[in-house]
Amino acid sequence: MPKMSMRDAIREALHEEMARDETIFVLGEDVIAHGGPYAVTRGIAEKYPGRIRQTPISEAAIVGTALGAALCGMRPVAEIMYVDFITCAMDEVVNQMAKVRYMFGGQTDVPVVLRLPSGSARLIAAQHSQCLEAWFMHVPGLQVAVPSTPYDAKGLMKSALRGKDPVIFIEYKRLYTAEGEVPEGDYTIPFGQADVKRVGNDVTIVATGPMVGKALEAAEILAPEGIEVEVIDPRTLVPLDKRTIFASVEKTNRVIITDEEVKRSGASAELASVIAEECFDALDAPVKRVAAADVPMPFSPELEKLVVPKAEQLVAAVRDLLG
Amino acid sequence: MPVAAPSAEKLMDMYTRMWRIRLFEEQAEYQSSQGKVLGALHTYIGEEGVGVGVCAHLNDTDYITSTHRGHGHCIAKGADIKRMMAELFGRATGYCKGKGGSMHIADFAVGMLGANGIVAGGFGLATGAALAAQMRGSGQVAVCFFGDGAANRGPFHENINVGAVWKLPVVYVCENNQYAQWTPQKDVTLVTDISSMSPAYGIPGVQVDGMDVLAVYEAAGEAIERARRGEGPTLLECKTYRFHGHNFGDPQLYRTREEIAAWAEENDPIKRLGTYMKRAGILSDERDKAVQQQVAEAIQEAVRFAEESPYPAPDELYKDIYSYTIV
Repeated sequence: MPKMSMRDAIREALHEEMARDETIFVLGEDVIAHGGPYAVTRGIAEKYPGRIRQTPISEAAIVGTALGAALCGMRPVAEIMYVDFITCAMDEVVNQMAKVRYMFGGQTDVPVVLRLPSGSARLIAAQHSQCLEAWFMHVPGLQVAVPSTPYDAKGLMKSALRGKDPVIFIEYKRLYTAEGEVPEGDYTIPFGQADVKRVGNDVTIVATGPMVGKALEAAEILAPEGIEVEVIDPRTLVPLDKRTIFASVEKTNRVIITDEEVKRSGASAELASVIAEECFDALDAPVKRVAAADVPMPFSPELEKLVVPKAEQLVAAVRDLLG
Repeated sequence: MPVAAPSAEKLMDMYTRMWRIRLFEEQAEYQSSQGKVLGALHTYIGEEGVGVGVCAHLNDTDYITSTHRGHGHCIAKGADIKRMMAELFGRATGYCKGKGGSMHIADFAVGMLGANGIVAGGFGLATGAALAAQMRGSGQVAVCFFGDGAANRGPFHENINVGAVWKLPVVYVCENNQYAQWTPQKDVTLVTDISSMSPAYGIPGVQVDGMDVLAVYEAAGEAIERARRGEGPTLLECKTYRFHGHNFGDPQLYRTREEIAAWAEENDPIKRLGTYMKRAGILSDERDKAVQQQVAEAIQEAVRFAEESPYPAPDELYKDIYSYTIV
C-alpha cells in the first residue's frame, strides 16, 4: 500500500473529489501561490482553473461567501490559514453557517468545508498555535472532524465533500508531514465512526490529533510491563461515536482522555463528562484528562515544550490509574 | 444604459406589492399587540419603495439577502403571506416551521435567502450567492439589502471589496433610514452618504430618493443589468425613513413626532406612486380601492391561516440541525 503524508492525502482527496463533482471549489488566502501555505492546494489552479480563488485577508468574507455559495448550489472548501484567525469570522461560523438550516426550517443544505490548520508548530506562539475544537463542538449545527492519520484525513475529507452539513476540518500542522498508508482508489470514512487504533484490555486512552500518536507511543512503552492500552480515536468530535468509546470503557474500566487543546473546557472535558455520566458503573477509577497547559502558547522553546502534552505524561497517567 | 420605464402592468404590480407590505406590517403590529405575533417585530412601514423598486427587476432565480427588517423584502420578492404570518405566529406551517420567526423568515424557492438577526449578516451570503452565479455562468444576480448601521461593520468592507475585485454579479443596496436602532447615523458616522464610499472599492455609487419607487426602480434596474452583464457590483443608496419605531414597542425618544410626521404625512412612497399613477391615467379611484380591499382580504386570510395552524410538535426541536438526526 502506498505511503504518503497527511498533506498529500488531503490534497489527493481534494483533487479526486473535484474531478468527481464540478460544484466543488476552493478559496482562501495564498491558496494558489506555491500551492498554498501548507501545499495542500497545490496543483488545483493548474488542473481546475476557475475553481480556486485566492482571497484578500478577509476572513469574514472568506467564510461568508463560502456559506453564500453553499446555499446556492456550490460546495466550497474554504481555508482559514490558522484556526486562530477564525475569530475574525466567528459570526459567519456561529450565527450564520451553523444556524441557517435550523432557522430557516430546513429549506437549505449547507455543504461548506472549513479547513482550519491547528496546533503548535515552529515557535509561532500565542496567536498561531491554538486548538479550538471545543468552540465548534459547542455550537449545534457544526460537525467537527479531527484526522490523526493520512488514511483518516483522506477518507474524512471525501465524506466532508459529499455531505450536506458544515464541516469544521481540523488539520494539525505538525501532522502534515506525518506519513501513513493510504490505499489506492476511492474510499470514505463516515462521520460518527471512531477508530480503534490499538486494542488493549487494561486502560483506554481516547485521543485526537497528534495525541493519537503519543498514545500509541505510551502504549509501546507500557506493553513490556504487561499493561495493554487500548487507543480510541473518535476521528469526528461531532457527531461523536459514543458506542465505540463506551464499549472500550466497559472493557477496560479505566479511561484517559487526551488532546492538544488547553485542558480547561477542551473537547476532553466534554468526553470526560459524557463518559462519567453514561459509563459510571463501568469505571474503577475517576476519568483522567491529559491536555495542554492552560496558558497562551509562549514563544521561547524552553517554555513551549512545557505546554503540549507528551507521551511520558500519558504513561504516568496510566500508571496512576492502575496503581 | 437607461432602463425602460415600467409598464402600466408593472406599475400596478409594484403598487399592489407596496400595499401588501404596508397592510401586512400593520396587521403584524396589531397581532403583536394581541399576543399572537410573538417576539421581536421590525416593520418596513415607509420603506416599501426600496424593496419593491429593486425586486421588480429580479426573477425567482435571483437571490436577495435581507436584514432584521425583512418582511418587506420577503413580500417584494414574492413570498406567500400566509406562510409568513404563520411563521410570525410561531406555527408549524410557517416558512421556517416556526423555528425562525420574524428575524429569520426565508423563502429559498423565490431566492429570498433569509432575514438576518445579525446586522451586516447578509453581506457574505449575497456575495457568495453572486460567486456561485459567476462560477456557473448562470446570469443570476444577488442583491444585498442593508441599513446605514450595517455600513459600520467589517463585513460591509470585506465583502464589497471581494465583490468588486472579482466583479461579482451583486448589487449592494443601502436602505439608509438614518437611524441604527436608536442612534442617528450622523452621531456615529462622519460620512452619511454611504454611496460616496464607493470609490474606495472602485465601483459606481448611486444615491436615490428611496421614497420615490420609480427612482429606485430606475437606479436598481441599471445596477442589476450591470451586474448581469458581468460588470460587477454597484453601491446603491436609497435614502428612506421608517415611519414606525425600530421595533414594535419602541418608545422612540430619540426622534421627534414632528420629524416622523414630516415623513409619514408628506413623503409616503405609496401615496407618491398612487398619485403618479392616477395622474398618468393608470389608476382610477375605484381600482385603487379595489386593490387595497383585495390586499386587506388576503391579509385576513393569512391571519386565519396562521390562527388555525398548529404549533410545531416537540419532536421538531431536534430536526433540521443537521441533514440527519444526531444521536
